[in-house]
Amino acid sequence: MPTAVETVEVLRAEDLVRTYQVGSVLRRSHVSAVDGVSLSLHRGEVLGVVGESGCGKSTLARMLVGLERPDAGRLLYRDTDVTAGHREDRKRLRDGVQMIFQDPYASLDPRMTVLDIVAEPLAANGSGTRSSRRDKVAELLSLVGLAPDMMARYAHQFSGGQRQRIGIARALALDPDVLICDEPVSALDVSVQAQVVNLLADLRKRLGVAIVFIAHDLSVVRHLADRVAVMYLGRIAEIGDTASIYDNPANPYTQALLSAVPSPDRGARGGVSRRRVLTGEPPSPIDPPSGCRFNPRCWLAQDRCHTEVPDLRVVGSTSRRAACHFAESALSGS
Amino acid sequence: MDTLVRPALRVRGLSVTFPVSGVDIPAVRHVDLDVPRGELVALLGESGSGKSVTARAVMGLAGEGAQVSADELTLGDVDLNSASARTLRELRGARMSLVLQDALSALNPVLTIGDQLGELFRIHQGASKKVARSRAADLLGQVGIPAPAKRIDDYPHQFSGGMRQRILIAMAIALEPELLIADEPTTALDVTVQAQILDLLGSLRTQLDMGVLLITHDLAVVSEVADRLAVMYAGRVVEAGDADTVLSRPSHPYTEALLRSVPRIEHHGGDLFTIPGSPPNPARVPSGCPFHPRCHRAIDLCSSVRPELLATADGRTVACHRSEEVLDAHSR
Repeated sequence: MPTAVETVEVLRAEDLVRTYQVGSVLRRSHVSAVDGVSLSLHRGEVLGVVGESGCGKSTLARMLVGLERPDAGRLLYRDTDVTAGHREDRKRLRDGVQMIFQDPYASLDPRMTVLDIVAEPLAANGSGTRSSRRDKVAELLSLVGLAPDMMARYAHQFSGGQRQRIGIARALALDPDVLICDEPVSALDVSVQAQVVNLLADLRKRLGVAIVFIAHDLSVVRHLADRVAVMYLGRIAEIGDTASIYDNPANPYTQALLSAVPSPDRGARGGVSRRRVLTGEPPSPIDPPSGCRFNPRCWLAQDRCHTEVPDLRVVGSTSRRAACHFAESALSGS
Repeated sequence: MDTLVRPALRVRGLSVTFPVSGVDIPAVRHVDLDVPRGELVALLGESGSGKSVTARAVMGLAGEGAQVSADELTLGDVDLNSASARTLRELRGARMSLVLQDALSALNPVLTIGDQLGELFRIHQGASKKVARSRAADLLGQVGIPAPAKRIDDYPHQFSGGMRQRILIAMAIALEPELLIADEPTTALDVTVQAQILDLLGSLRTQLDMGVLLITHDLAVVSEVADRLAVMYAGRVVEAGDADTVLSRPSHPYTEALLRSVPRIEHHGGDLFTIPGSPPNPARVPSGCPFHPRCHRAIDLCSSVRPELLATADGRTVACHRSEEVLDAHSR
């Protein structure tokens, strides 16, 4: 449960849309990567975003940090519209929203020392002198659990977990309000993942930084997130507080997804073979189905689902919202 | 464990070393492993633990320069240790086969699926092109690919990731081998597809009475499907036994710590148990017990004397000076 989630809204997305064109000029097709995603993020809050590959979670992340411009919709950072991506918009967004990447081996320049890597956002921002930046880097490194005297070393001298800590220190250099983490632990060894997960939880508590945690590992998201958004083919299928989503999913897709997660508890063995089996072709964001995009694979689908796009609406007594015409029957059937 | 009636694979004292700039780096050290027919044995370990090298060495595919030695290496009744390269080549595919993680690079992009599957029947069994093609279509159906007759002329890129993994499995089981080694077969897949592949491996194992050696780093997958389990760390098996026994009451601190450090879908919040540091580089394995610098139960003895892998009363083997204490902690 969120302990001290304050009500200051730091980041807000309204109906973000991103479409790519693929194929030749003669046979043009459209990849609808993100289609009408709205969400808001409050100070100190962890929002988990889950979904399968191709559901648009990484495209969403890139739009939230301004690496990708939405085709439609608005992005607001602390009530300022930064959608247009003008010079000052980008600067404002960079000061407040930073990204942590999946692959700690590819996201650090092998020819730069740790000092240069972590100080780069500060230098680019023109803040402080060389020596004050050095002090700040030392402070950041100890914040993420690395010894400050390691700052003269190069990235290759560190293990995967340590590199991810360096990436986190770099993201924190400008004291951002929001960290966007795109699969931050999936490239790490199992025995190292817990260290980084704990670090992120600790940073949220100590610095009040809000975190968008994107992952395909549903157990990690459950552990860390206050709220969860489940995405399917570019749209939010269900969003709400973590406990409601995991304990009582109201969207058929969420139910199927959660039932396929294996448990490390031996007592729960066999859960996966008793899962809700999805029929039909696996989803592709190229020319997605009309109406509810989940309809070809859904066991509750009726005619209405083929034509009418379901709204995200409140289902049950909680603050959870689900995009399904038959969420009530899904909820009672689960 | 010698009472097992029908072993598909029996490995005793397997070691693999790779020469790297004049120095021999041991990747696998004295590994013992049994895979009975009809059972699924998981080999659990992190990167660099030697789990994939073990699998490749069994298949005779350890690579150039690798020095493989074993006291005993048998596939059913065949001694792989003394087998010639030619014999090994005939055995691969027919009696033992390997499924790799990256299905796209394991398939030939310029040949149709039908050609690649049919090749197995043509080369190993001398089947005609027509027969090979129809048997390939049957196989595709068996691994759950819809409309196999239509898809047999498609190329690998026309299939999704999960479908490609099914095709690899189809190739691996084509000649009904007694041993299937699957090296991280679901790591690149989404959970819903992973569940389908695990189901498929499970049902094929029963249908064909194969022994399956599943190599993975994912504890949840192991817990879901494994009958037996061997945990590897720094090139050695540190704990092995019946999966129920090992997972419910681990007796090695590494197994214990791994089980405690994974987040569970039923739980939220709080700090996760962490293992400090990271897995050792095979070239610089710590003295004594290789896990001692990261172990929460280490004593002085652990840094100097390496614990032998010993059998315990409940039928498992464990290499730890303090396994009794670990067991006690879990029976309370």
